[in-house]
Amino acid sequence: MTGPRAARIAAVGLLLLLLWLVVYPIILVLIEGLHEPSGWTLAYVRQFFQRPSEWQALWGSLWISLASVVLAAAIGLPLAVLLARYELPGGRILGGLVALPAVLPPLVGVMAFLFLYGETGFVSLLVQRLLRLENPPWQFQGAWAILLVHAYSMYVYFYLFGRAGLASLDLSLYEAAASLGAGRWRTLRRVVLPQLYPSLTGAAILTFMTSLASFSAPYIFGGGYRVMTTQIVATRLNGENELAMVETISLTILALLALWLLRGTHAPDNPAGGRKGVAPARIPLRHPLTRRLLTVFAWGFAGVLLLPHLTLLLVSFVPVGTWTTEPLPPAYTLANYLALVHDPVRVRPLLNSLWLATAATVAAVAIALLGGVVSARGRLRGARLIEGLLALPWAVPGTVFAIALAAAFSVHAPAAGRFILVGTVWILPLAYLVRNLPITSRAIFAGFRALDPSLEEASASLGAGRARTLRRVVLPLLRPALVAGASLAFVTAFGDFVTSIMLYTYDTRPISLEILSSLRQSDVGVAAAYGVVLMLVSAAVFALGAERGSGG
Amino acid sequence: MTFLQLQDLVKRFDGTLAVDGLTLSLNRGEMLALLGPSGSGKTTTLRLLAGFEVPDGGRVLVDGEDVTQLEPVARRFGMVFQHYALFPHLDAGSNVAFGLESLGVRGDELDRRVARALTLVDLEGFERRKISQLSGGQQQRVALARALAPEPRVLLLDEPLSNLDPTLRERTRREIRDVIRRVGITTILVTHEQDEAFDLGDRVAVLCQGRLEQAGTPDELYVTPANPFVARFVGRSSSLRVEVLGRGEQGTRVRIGPAEWDVERREDGPPVPPGPALMLVRPEALRLTPPAAGALSATVRERRFVGPSALYTVVVEGSGAAIEVVAPHQAVRIGEQVGVMPSRRAGGGIHLFPEPTP
Repeated sequence: MTGPRAARIAAVGLLLLLLWLVVYPIILVLIEGLHEPSGWTLAYVRQFFQRPSEWQALWGSLWISLASVVLAAAIGLPLAVLLARYELPGGRILGGLVALPAVLPPLVGVMAFLFLYGETGFVSLLVQRLLRLENPPWQFQGAWAILLVHAYSMYVYFYLFGRAGLASLDLSLYEAAASLGAGRWRTLRRVVLPQLYPSLTGAAILTFMTSLASFSAPYIFGGGYRVMTTQIVATRLNGENELAMVETISLTILALLALWLLRGTHAPDNPAGGRKGVAPARIPLRHPLTRRLLTVFAWGFAGVLLLPHLTLLLVSFVPVGTWTTEPLPPAYTLANYLALVHDPVRVRPLLNSLWLATAATVAAVAIALLGGVVSARGRLRGARLIEGLLALPWAVPGTVFAIALAAAFSVHAPAAGRFILVGTVWILPLAYLVRNLPITSRAIFAGFRALDPSLEEASASLGAGRARTLRRVVLPLLRPALVAGASLAFVTAFGDFVTSIMLYTYDTRPISLEILSSLRQSDVGVAAAYGVVLMLVSAAVFALGAERGSGG
Repeated sequence: MTFLQLQDLVKRFDGTLAVDGLTLSLNRGEMLALLGPSGSGKTTTLRLLAGFEVPDGGRVLVDGEDVTQLEPVARRFGMVFQHYALFPHLDAGSNVAFGLESLGVRGDELDRRVARALTLVDLEGFERRKISQLSGGQQQRVALARALAPEPRVLLLDEPLSNLDPTLRERTRREIRDVIRRVGITTILVTHEQDEAFDLGDRVAVLCQGRLEQAGTPDELYVTPANPFVARFVGRSSSLRVEVLGRGEQGTRVRIGPAEWDVERREDGPPVPPGPALMLVRPEALRLTPPAAGALSATVRERRFVGPSALYTVVVEGSGAAIEVVAPHQAVRIGEQVGVMPSRRAGGGIHLFPEPTP
């Protein structure tokens, strides 16, 4: 079908909207970094290049991201192979448990690490006591602390992608390798890993981009150690706005460059053609000693992985100021949770996050759906561009977008498409919306691609117009994709910290900012209670997704 | 009485001609099969008829009305898709009701007509079945019932049997034929299977590279193929380079290597002029003899079992051309020296075409 007028008009409108929301703010950043009242200038760029601290921050971002990939792969991949290929007691439960770091939003995970390994953390105190030290055994600060948090939260990508890749391998591949005389290691090295290549590069790209954009961990644990995301915020606080713009540009270039370099490593998804047949059964571990060691190791490791969740839960029941030096809290209370519901000051952030995230999600779903309708189907020119623009915010760190939106929408110039939104209630939903576009549109576009085009043609040949086809055929079949896209977007916005910290006002302060201020006031119980709420919401969304995934 | 007309239809994709000046007409209630190899433009033709593609040239007329620019929604053409395209979230009854609802049919009338459509395809009482609970053959029939329920003007079938088990195909083919005959609807079906086309089509249109090669009844296509493509594509045939000598006693006299045969003259075209020509021979138009004068000398290379008789491949001495010949089982052995002769005196089943001038 050639695009009829209505579709073409919708496509053009959408294109303009996306250019305005996604591209325009970044261009304004570029302009502000190269401009001063008297005209164009390279002064700020020169300033950037002359300061060693800038180079250090950029280098820090780069090497921490690379190291995070290596660490995450080193943890996630063996776990994936162990749990996907070998039979362990309780393997099924273990398989779920080790994915649980995924339910901790970045700031919440960081808070849990603080409770565990910080100066007065559980584990720190325990070690201090066991070794009878005078001071805490370590300072949980600097690059290695950031790396540890990254490894913990990002190995899940390698684990999940690796498992999915392993599950898609046909039993006959293993059998063919065995019949050709390849042992277990040779099979792994020559057959399994090459087939996993697309999944693993996918995980590597995701890890790299996530840690390049990571803000919570360096913000809380960085101490004097700066990466570019925290450097930008610090520079802005210093009032050196133009320099912050140059830093923002440098981080954007680094992100896009990395993505461009890694782009070629994406092998075709299914080089072997259609994969049919059976997934291989798990291999029983015959040797009793190996079996016992691996079981103890796997369960012990899962326990360590669950410590943050348990700690949050425990701390959330601790009354203010009652727990100082005891190994376990002396008293428990529900007061922290009650405060979230009853104390007007505490309720506010919860309600704020709720409506901000809901508004952003509804808008993101609507835009992604429109994008799907006009671009996934028609042969309109510009369809690829729309898809690219919807995906772009994924490649650009959240800090960059926060800065860009702040720059674009703190000026009143309607003719230039700029309005004062900073300081109003609208800037946060807008920021969440932009950040959510990739995640929502990816889910919804995948839904459109899975939808057989002949279904829509069948509907048309049965006399149903566009509206009826959309309502009766397309939307019902897209529902799983819509739910997936919407819930992922909601979770991300609900726990957002990185854009909120730069754009919030007191009246719109979201949960993450309230957590931060509670922590600053040593009101750890309430902070943990908020954390538990965020954790449960994420867990609910992931459980929903897992159920759908297994239910077909 | 012409009901559906395709006039000089042209469709290009990125400059490539997918349909190249196609003209066809169907009488009311006639069933036409579009037959051709993949890429011959038959599915594109069907999509042009359904309105999913807009032609770059030409017209489609139904009962005198020009529907070329009409949206699919407004065309009232029923279509059965290759993969059925049943709505997976609706049950069988709601699928069948879908097109009727577009026409504003509601309530008892709707239920009655859905039931009638399902009964027509022998699925009485299947209204509340989920699509996933139906077998492939049943899904096929629901798709047919869905297409027929709104009483469309024309029925279009896209490779209707390609998704079925070979064992199920023949039975479903009969069922489809019976249903369509009973309804009496003008039908165009697309297929790349000769058997399907011959069995279902009152007439068969052979397409190649977007062009119509020949349209006619199955008999016409087999007995009087218009060109070498149709002769090769419809039924089996072997080709030989020969020299036409002129009129013989019982038709056209041709020389094949050392032998000379008389080949039946066709009345539907001009005689093939003397000179080099292409001869296409049906396997049943030849017989195997002991080596003899007037016969082509050949060596038996292969024997294939085809039921009541066997299909032998023999290699002609000298030219090395391979010819297929039908003969009784055990008539000859592999490697045996044989002679090849026309099986009928007048050389029927043998077609001569002038060598295409380069």
